[in-house]
Order: sequence, then C-alpha cells, then structure tokens
Amino acid sequence: MSLRVYDVGHARAGDKGNTSNISVTAYNDEGWQVLQRELTPERVLAHFRHLTPGPVRRYELPQLRALNFVIENALGGGVTRSLAIDPHGKSLSALMLTIDLPGHNEGRPAS
Amino acid sequence: MARDRIRIGCGAGFSDDRIPPGVEIVERGELDYLAMECLAERTIARETLDRAKDPSKGYTPVLLERMEAIMPPALRRGVKIVTNMGAANPMGAARVLRQHAPGWGCPDYTCAVVRGDEVTDIMRAHPELPLMEDGAPLESLLPRMASANAYLGADIVAQGFATGAELVITGRVADPALFLGPMLHAFGWSYDDYPKLANGTLAGHLLECSGQLTGGCFADPGRKEVEDLAGLGYPLADVWADGRVEVSKTPGSGGRLDVATCTEQLLYEMHDPSAYITPDCVLDASGVTFRQLEKDRVALDGARGKPRTATYKVVVGYFDGYMGSGEMGFAGINALARAKLGIEVVKERLRRRGLTYEEMRVDLIGMNSLHGNDAGLCPEPYEVRLRIAARTPDKKAAEAVGAEVRSLHMQGPTGAGGGVNFGARQILAVKSVLIPRDWVKPEIVMERAQ
Repeated sequence: MSLRVYDVGHARAGDKGNTSNISVTAYNDEGWQVLQRELTPERVLAHFRHLTPGPVRRYELPQLRALNFVIENALGGGVTRSLAIDPHGKSLSALMLTIDLPGHNEGRPAS
Repeated sequence: MARDRIRIGCGAGFSDDRIPPGVEIVERGELDYLAMECLAERTIARETLDRAKDPSKGYTPVLLERMEAIMPPALRRGVKIVTNMGAANPMGAARVLRQHAPGWGCPDYTCAVVRGDEVTDIMRAHPELPLMEDGAPLESLLPRMASANAYLGADIVAQGFATGAELVITGRVADPALFLGPMLHAFGWSYDDYPKLANGTLAGHLLECSGQLTGGCFADPGRKEVEDLAGLGYPLADVWADGRVEVSKTPGSGGRLDVATCTEQLLYEMHDPSAYITPDCVLDASGVTFRQLEKDRVALDGARGKPRTATYKVVVGYFDGYMGSGEMGFAGINALARAKLGIEVVKERLRRRGLTYEEMRVDLIGMNSLHGNDAGLCPEPYEVRLRIAARTPDKKAAEAVGAEVRSLHMQGPTGAGGGVNFGARQILAVKSVLIPRDWVKPEIVMERAQ
C-alpha cells in the first residue's frame, strides 16, 4: 500500500500574482521525516507539471514540521486575469495531498 | 498612554466577509481595537473607476451595511475601529458614514482618515520604473492604468489613533499594518524596535484573514474536525507592551484555534518565511513556534524582525480586456460525449462568426476544472458540466461566448440542461513596482461633522 501526502500531512494554498504557495504540515514526527525526505521540489513539480513549467522552491520549518512550496507560473497568468474557475488556486492544496510517496504506514496519525 | 496589554480583534478578512461574527467579536470579545481588512489586490482599481463616475463613491460597497452592524456596539463598548474600507476614497467613506451614523445611534465620534496611498501621478511621471513581475517598463501599462496605490505602513495608522479618533479609515495599507498600528499607538513602541514590530506584524498576518485562523479553510470530515464550523468565531490577539502575543477567538464561538490552524495560516500567502516583506519591517518567521496554552489559545514565539526596506510596493491596476464565460450541464448515458460535442459546436459557431480570442479555456466541471487533470484518465462521471471562458479586448466577442454556450439548450446536443451565461466582465489586472519611500507622503486628515 502506498502512502499519500494526505496520509501524513495537511495543506493550505495561497496566491500572489501568478505564484501559488502551498504549505504541507505533518501530523507527527514520523510523518515529518517522510515529508522532509520524500516530498522534494522535484516530486512536487512533476505532479504540477501539467499546470506549470515551474520552478518550485521548498522552504523547511522543522520546528513546525512544515514545508512551504512556492510554485511559480501556476495560476493561469495570475489571479486577476486567469480564465480558470479557481483563479486563486485555493483548491490546489488538495492536489498536493494526492501525491504518492514511497513508504507504507509511517507517519499516519493514530485514528 | 501607558497600557500593559491591549486586545485587538479581526472583524473582517475580505470585503464580503460574513458580518455576524464581526458583531459577535465586538459584543463578546472584550476588545480594545477592531481591525477590518476589506481590500483585495485589485479591488481598489474597481473602486477607483466608481469614483471616476461619481466623486462621492469609490469606498468599499459593503461599507454602510457592515458599519451599521459594527459601529453601534463598538462605540458603545469603547472599541476603536480601523478599516481599509475607504478603498479609493477614504474621505468619501468617512463622509457617508457621518451622514448615516446618527441614524444608527452614533451621533458623536471622531474619525481620522489616512490619505496619500494613491500614486497615479507618480506612476505617470516615472514610466521607466521596472515591473516586479517581468522587469518590463511601467510605460506599457500607463495608457491602460486604472489605479496605483502604495501599501502604507502601521506608522500612519498609529498617527490616526494619536488624534484621539475612535475610527481610522484608510485606503491601501498593508494588511498586517492594520493590526500593528494600534499596537504602536497604544504602547508607544519605537518604529525602529524591530523585535516588537516583528511580533506585531506576525500577529497581524495571522489575524488578517479572519476565520482562516480559527478553523476556516481547514475542516476535512473524518480527518480534521472543526467544532461548530457554522458558528465559526473570528480571531483576536492579546498583545503586551513588551511584545508578547497570544491569539484566541470570540469566547463561546465555534471553530478551532490551535497549533495546526496557526501553522497553516502562518504560511498562507508567504513565500520565503525568513523574509516576509511589509512596509514596517521584514519579518523573519522561519523560527516561529506556537504554544497551545489552553483550548483555543496559542502563544506566538520566535518571530524576528529585520529593518524595513527603503521602498514602498505599489500595485498598479490596469485594463486587460474582457472575459466572457458560460456553462452547460449534461447527465446520464453518454453525458461526456454530449458535453464534448457541445464544446466543439460552440467553438465552431464562434469561429464562423469571425470572432477570435487571445486565450480560450475549456473545462469539464466534475472532471478537470480545478486541478487540470487529464480528462482522459478520469473516470467518467454520471453528470458533467462544460464551461467555456475566453479573454478578448472586444466586449461583444466576450459576450458571445456565454451566449453561444447557453444556446446549446435549444441548438446543441440532446439533454443539455442548466445553462448559464455569465456575460462579459471587464478584466482589471494588476502588476507591481517599488518606489522610494520619500516619494510618498502619507497624511492624516480629520473628517468633521458638517
């Protein structure tokens, strides 16, 4: 069984111009280790490649178990002129959570 | 005035934000100040156009409705208000409030107006300024410019309160500055005390989107639960004179405020966490931590401040043609194929009319409209909704898009239902430039009863 970002973390998307930023926060330390190791900017760009040529930058906030991804050129030309139904890309946090990661059960929150 | 602690609440996080939680936080939050952020990046361009048609207009359209609900309880309880609902006409906002406030039971109050954010003349005088987005000279936008406003800082908001005003109305001010301004005023912090400016800016950044700190934009049933999301309360910050900050929310309200919601909102619309640039300081949030003190109360630690930059950021609004769009639904057997036929029919009809577009976008709602999935890989849904949107400088060509989509009701594939023509909307796009601080002259003007 593969692991999805959804299984180990939660996300929120924001917008500035034609750039989307999406944070991913792990539920626990194990999940943080998985995210820090596996959720690389390259993997994120591969998953968003149909929306943008990139680049994608990643910032780490280990004390919050959070990653912040800055994904340029992802909003159809920018919030104000995009033809997209979701010009702010608010729903893109949910796209981030669908990324598959190598791994099994580590980091899933106890439910 | 030597205060040891003040409490600042957020009463709105965007222009059409829900009003009842704003009233609730005034009534039950035991606030000293209420800040309401109601001015998105491009909104001010639209208000500038409104003002061009009617010089008394140009403030946020929902101003009166919101203030009729907020001002009476706020003034009764001694809660001071700051808001950027002045938009393109802060003095106009102040005047129209003065006309209506007595009818709301608010005959006596003092109102300070912040002016000086509008810099269209400066833009015209400096066509050489490079655009932040692509480095091209500003000149290319000037013929189409609708507005230009500098993001002012907390210093001018504090000056507004220093007049003794109960109400400070601004145009463009950086969102966190609406919260930092009352702190500067109440505690007399030096404008160069960067550790304190950083804490206040962090608090403002967390609060400025109202319910997004308190469980909005968060719930995922079965995964991340939010208690009484329907009754979501707005956030407040307790700030001490030494710069300490704790955030909480309206007592007894719904929602959730904890380390997880604070972490999501910390990074909301933030790029490099070590350099969040505001007019007041450069916030380094890379070491921020959150401590849950009790249910729905979190302490903020670890914010660092670096000196503010030598520039103000200016957002230039400009006309960028029209967007036309329409939608039509299909369901049942072969729904997807009928939707796809509908798309081809609309495109061909527009082509035969000789209409062309800078850009056209086709979505299959239910399959690929939000994440841009490859529709060929999606399972075929029971129902699907086609959407066509296109941008063009020609208003009539834009209007034709939605009209042709809606015509599919009678002249398209079988079983086309629920058509909508969204018409043509004028596009006001935005780009940014940086200008030296001393080009801008923020000022306080008192609005007085006539």
